[in-house]
Amino acid sequence: MATLQTRSAARLMMTPAVLMLFVWMIVPLAMTLYFSLLRYNLLMPGMEEWAGTLNYRYFLTDPAFGAALLNTLLLVGGVLLITLVGGTLLALLLDQPFFGQGIVRLLVIAPFFVMPTVSALVWKNMLMHPVYGIFAWIARLFGLQPVDWLSSLPLFSVTMIVAWQWLPFATLILLTALQSLDEEQKEAAEMDGAGPVSRFIHIVLPHLARAMTVVVLIETIFLLSVFAEILVTTNGGPGTESTNITYLVYAQALLQFDVGGASAGGIVAVILANIVAIFLIRLIGKNLEA
Amino acid sequence: MARAISTRRKLTFTAIGWLVGFVIFFPILWTVLTSFKTEGEAIASPPHFLFFDWTLQSYYEVQSRSNYFKHMMNSVVISFGSTFIGLLVAIPAAWAMAFSPTKRTKDIMMWMLSTKMLPPVGVLVPIYLLFRDWGLLDTRLGLVIVLTMINLPIIVWMLYTYFKEIPGEILEASRMDGASLAKEIVYVLTPMAVPGIASTLLLNIILAWNEAFWTLNLSAASAAPLTAFIASYSSPEGLFWAKLSAASTLAIAPILILGWFSQRQLVRGLTFGAVK
Repeated sequence: MATLQTRSAARLMMTPAVLMLFVWMIVPLAMTLYFSLLRYNLLMPGMEEWAGTLNYRYFLTDPAFGAALLNTLLLVGGVLLITLVGGTLLALLLDQPFFGQGIVRLLVIAPFFVMPTVSALVWKNMLMHPVYGIFAWIARLFGLQPVDWLSSLPLFSVTMIVAWQWLPFATLILLTALQSLDEEQKEAAEMDGAGPVSRFIHIVLPHLARAMTVVVLIETIFLLSVFAEILVTTNGGPGTESTNITYLVYAQALLQFDVGGASAGGIVAVILANIVAIFLIRLIGKNLEA
Repeated sequence: MARAISTRRKLTFTAIGWLVGFVIFFPILWTVLTSFKTEGEAIASPPHFLFFDWTLQSYYEVQSRSNYFKHMMNSVVISFGSTFIGLLVAIPAAWAMAFSPTKRTKDIMMWMLSTKMLPPVGVLVPIYLLFRDWGLLDTRLGLVIVLTMINLPIIVWMLYTYFKEIPGEILEASRMDGASLAKEIVYVLTPMAVPGIASTLLLNIILAWNEAFWTLNLSAASAAPLTAFIASYSSPEGLFWAKLSAASTLAIAPILILGWFSQRQLVRGLTFGAVK
């Protein structure tokens, strides 16, 4: 069907998108790589000099890097755990017939559409504030001492906020997968005397495995780059207790003006993200052939 | 073969469902309620849930003190602008890849996807410096460019999965009937492609509206969209919860409504077609 003419037309139609993305990706990345090998601070213009791998050595041996890497892993892992378990339970719940199901579904997915700065500030002030927040009020109702969430449990608090934002995403995808499950298969298992728990483990869970993989991989891509939630709640603190890699690089670049160091950090972040990306690309690539 | 569902079971799930829905939605509900309070009421303890003097005062103050409308227009220009430019570039590309695929089509799609996985901090420094040198920092144009680029892979992918579903036979049939290329595009393809394009448009406006890495880092007073404007409430100068809530409610309401309409496309768009 594709003649030579349509094929060259097709190439022409693709060119702008491919070219734009190529430039967008390769030029800044090459610049980052180059800067990462320089001693380059914006406060000392004109003093740039070759530094070799010095920036990398500084970045990787900085205790803040170890802390940030651990925080990144804890944040990503924590949010994944909450959204996968919570999302599965919510999907199972929303799959049951009940009155007002459609409305509850809208309520559950709503947090996904709230911009990160709004959700972070609403949680920080109106829910987690140690004196006037709703959580403090609930604690006092039960005669407990209110917790100053963001100062005493900063990383946990940020994890809660981000998990609240991503729970709808996991729920929606798992629900979509759940609804494609063959009803007759469930009924057959039921007639064979399988209880709800064994039906869940042997039929539902394997069916959800693919959707869960997709949730894990896509959330990981976005969660590695969590930024706004940290910026407006804790500023990475106290100390580096809630600093992740993204925030660390930002702080180095735009607060300390250390272009070289921040670029080295950026490259490290790219490598970390690539490890995840390889898995995701394979999974989606397989699907493209199917 | 629908099983009979006992009313009791249904009522139980109704109670659980609504309770869970209420808890998850509560932060948003609370924001909306607080936006109608005075600053004093907003921090009242124990909190006043419904019985307070409802007032629009905070909404007036948000507009008069900080020119809310300007930031909203920034959000509108940036999210719509980047989405339209993205579509303009992506429609031909997705079209070509869906209808005249070559051996390399799959590789190109995969490569486009991989650019989406580049963490923004990997290119933050050079983009910031280039924007500074070119005078694009804190301009709407700069943000439109950045958001177009970061959402372009998603736009191409979404369109591709929609276009793929248009049966190629219809095109051939219309060609047999002697339709010219222009006619083919206007009368045959466009009507079938419009729903997919509309869904893509919707999802991308949502993503661009809520983007909060580049908008926070590349804008200051004049081009700040709502994400960055709301972030300015994080300063510990005092408790302005009613005003924060009013600004937040205005910022999230339109997108929440768009989002509710696009929930089906959301799954498809954000999983790059891996889950439909």
